[in-house]
Amino acid sequence: MKKPEPEVFGAHSRRTFLKSLGTVAVTAAASRAQSVAAELEKVNGEQTVGPGPVPVTLNVNGKPLKLQLEPRVTLLDALRNYSSLTGAKEGCDRAACGACTVLLDNLPIYACQKLAIEAQGHEITTVEGLAKNGRLTKVQEAFVAKDATMCGYCTPGFVMSLTALLQKNPQPSADEVRHACAGNLCRCGTQPRVLEAALQAAGVAAARTTHTEVMDYA
Amino acid sequence: MKARPPTALPQPDYEAPDYEERVGRVGYDFGLSRRSFVKVLGAGLLVAASVPALAQESGRRGRGGFFGSGARTVAARIHLGADGTITVLSGKVEAGQGARAELSQAAAEELRIPVSRVQMLLADTGEVPDDGMTAGSMTTPRSVPAVRRGAAAARNLLIQFACRQWQVKPHTVTVRDGQAVDAARKRSLTYADLVKSNEAATLLAQAIPRDVELTPVKEWKVLGTPVLRPNAHDIVTGAHCYPSDITRPGMLYGKILRPPAYGARLVSINLAPAKGMSGVVVARDDQFVGVAAATSFRAEKALVAIAGTARWETTPQPSSRELFDYLKQNTGGGAPQNPFAGQLAEARILRRTYHVPYIQHAPLEPRAAVAEWSDDRLTVWTGSQNPFGCRRELAQAFHLPEDRVRVIIPDFGAGFGGKHTAECAVEAARLARAAGRPVSLRWTRAEEFTWAYFRPAAAIQAEAALDAHGRIATWFFININSGPNAMDTPYAVGKKHCRFLPSKPPLRQGSYRALAATANNFAREVFLDELAALAGADPLDFRLAQLDNPRLRAVLEKAAAEFRWRERIKEKGAAIGLACGTEKGSCVAACAEVEISRAPKKIRVRRVCQAFECGAILNPANLLSQVQGAITMGLGAALREEIRFANGKILNPSFAEYLVPRFDDVPEMDVHLLDRPDLPPAGAGETPIIALAPAIANAVFRATGAPVRALPVRLAEA
Ligand code: FES
Ligand code: FES
Repeated sequence: MKKPEPEVFGAHSRRTFLKSLGTVAVTAAASRAQSVAAELEKVNGEQTVGPGPVPVTLNVNGKPLKLQLEPRVTLLDALRNYSSLTGAKEGCDRAACGACTVLLDNLPIYACQKLAIEAQGHEITTVEGLAKNGRLTKVQEAFVAKDATMCGYCTPGFVMSLTALLQKNPQPSADEVRHACAGNLCRCGTQPRVLEAALQAAGVAAARTTHTEVMDYA
Repeated sequence: MKARPPTALPQPDYEAPDYEERVGRVGYDFGLSRRSFVKVLGAGLLVAASVPALAQESGRRGRGGFFGSGARTVAARIHLGADGTITVLSGKVEAGQGARAELSQAAAEELRIPVSRVQMLLADTGEVPDDGMTAGSMTTPRSVPAVRRGAAAARNLLIQFACRQWQVKPHTVTVRDGQAVDAARKRSLTYADLVKSNEAATLLAQAIPRDVELTPVKEWKVLGTPVLRPNAHDIVTGAHCYPSDITRPGMLYGKILRPPAYGARLVSINLAPAKGMSGVVVARDDQFVGVAAATSFRAEKALVAIAGTARWETTPQPSSRELFDYLKQNTGGGAPQNPFAGQLAEARILRRTYHVPYIQHAPLEPRAAVAEWSDDRLTVWTGSQNPFGCRRELAQAFHLPEDRVRVIIPDFGAGFGGKHTAECAVEAARLARAAGRPVSLRWTRAEEFTWAYFRPAAAIQAEAALDAHGRIATWFFININSGPNAMDTPYAVGKKHCRFLPSKPPLRQGSYRALAATANNFAREVFLDELAALAGADPLDFRLAQLDNPRLRAVLEKAAAEFRWRERIKEKGAAIGLACGTEKGSCVAACAEVEISRAPKKIRVRRVCQAFECGAILNPANLLSQVQGAITMGLGAALREEIRFANGKILNPSFAEYLVPRFDDVPEMDVHLLDRPDLPPAGAGETPIIALAPAIANAVFRATGAPVRALPVRLAEA
């Protein structure tokens, strides 16, 4: 599939200056986050009536997804609102929370920072595409078993970040797990369980980070 | 104390706070005049100028309100299907705090069925009883018993039914695994048999007896066990639909015009550019302006097209720089004098002021609602902790009888006390009415950071006198603006005077996780460390010497022992601190170890050891989640979170500028849950947050020698 020429969509390329950065890089560079937000404001401010919808074909979870999209529609918007793949969540739309994390050719990206047209020709995996024939993946299973969800709004993002990590590095250390999740926020505070779940999914013995004891009051 | 029957659940021994009173409501009114009467300081969603007046209007003492009216009959609480399904109905919501699991356990326990057989239907005002708001840690002490009573009553109906069918006495019938069993005669009847009988309608219409006998704690089989989240599978596969995932046929996406600042009034706007766009619906009612279109992209474009034409009239607004002076000046009557001043001639006196900023709940899912009208009936799907309150707000805004409004709350992306109101639902409904089609409105993160309400800021004045033995002889404690929760001191002080003074909030403010207990406990516990230093005592000994509450002593001693406080306090340069507190019938103590770097200036919390006790534990897995979650959330409030504003503008309305805890900020945690099967279960979603900030502040004080007097904790200029 031919990728669209960037200059045709000149105005959009700003929004995608993040494209080379994975989710980790974006947020790990905390100082950069502000300029990211500022940049995005500017781009949003530039919105004028642009070209109308164009046909776009995305390869999502192994299937072609044919859509008519305005060129500036993000991958997240396309998935959530132009088809019914709502597994990736929107928590900020500004590269700051990771709720929208999906895989692009096995690399985790913020779907809110990618234009849908630019995602053409890549393999996109969303949380809906992980379980095969109703069988959860190891990461998903571990999230259930370790009770690593609370409200769960952040969960699909974490699951995708960790799926990517384990593909690349099947035996990560606790610090590597932390690093892989650096771009994902959880406000409910599931992080200790997410860490345990990730290590369990990898079959790595968990270094003790959380100790819990229920004691009977005598 | 009066002896109780052994199976009766003792009532919680504390008063529930009235949350509604403390939430600034947006008085949208889309009445016959078709004007959006907004009872606020200016346009859009603004601060309630007079919170008490609004609270009266919200009718909290009327039907519904904080506690709700509950289920009168068995049928209103439990739906028994002829096919064997058992559906339990509750007006509570699930936002990650674990109500779904705990209420399922409550029903399963009393119905004598495995928890996997319970289907829980939550928070659909068309179907479920009004169990009040999901707030104030009330699900555990109130709704769990309410569901248990309904389920126990249903079990008794099954026994009655079996006795009549078999012509036997009740004691020959037992209920197990969902069946009434007559063991001697080897026969059984199920709940489905009951439903299929012609007595069913009369039986299930019976009122739930208030004194129905409940299963004693020592016989619990389902309650007290670590039941996992019933819908975890749907969460990890992305199948669960959150409010912002809901779609309806023909649905449009909405956007609302927001004022540039608090207090701004819309003077004029040219709607023509949006109206000229095909497929775009534009609605205006005085200060309310919104658009809807078939795609969110187009809706945003339509909004951008008109936003630039808006003319606003602004008025000067307070800024966070002068926030605490402003709050002190606006108490109406000024701060009271310490009634104990000068009473103790020999005393050593300490007087301090503590500041706690406005912070945001920042739930990961911002407010979202889908509204759909059919004829004069309105259905709304939204994320709110107050389903029946939302129904009331919608009915008021559109001048409808409440029974024409149905509010459905899918399990949503967290609230933390920040989603008690219906403004997003009202806005979606207003757009849906204009469009004649369902409309989905999802607030952006910036809207959530700006126009949702905040945890109130506080200025707290504390003054104490130590007697010759180094004990607290007099205690004077004033909370300005944030609230009275946990304001009383749990220490056995000589004389005390504690008071809450409302002020004039410069931002829209409302509830929060543990609300003002976060501020009051912070101030009291850091003040205690300053007093301990004045008395020359170890902070642990200083507290224990003046602490009579055995439950609070137990958690404090437990946390200190597990943390090895007494050994570590002797180490030179130990960067450790502790704090404790009690609120809403539960007790918490935390010890924290911090690491301080000077360049760049940074405080890192390495380890937290927390002990928590909330009576009999209903679900240790969920309790652990709540405690860990509270520690992480408390960490944010302790070290980073602070809303900055200037002249009515929020200066940090994004996750890039308002910093919440990240994965590698999360410290090593030792959590010790003390089970007290002899005490009634108390809620646990809130209290575990209140000890963390002061424990961290006290650790910083110990490490640097500079006392901490404000949140978030900052290192003093070297
Ligand atoms: S929605 Fe994409 S990072 Fe937050
Ligand atoms: S579970 Fe609620 S944000 Fe992570």
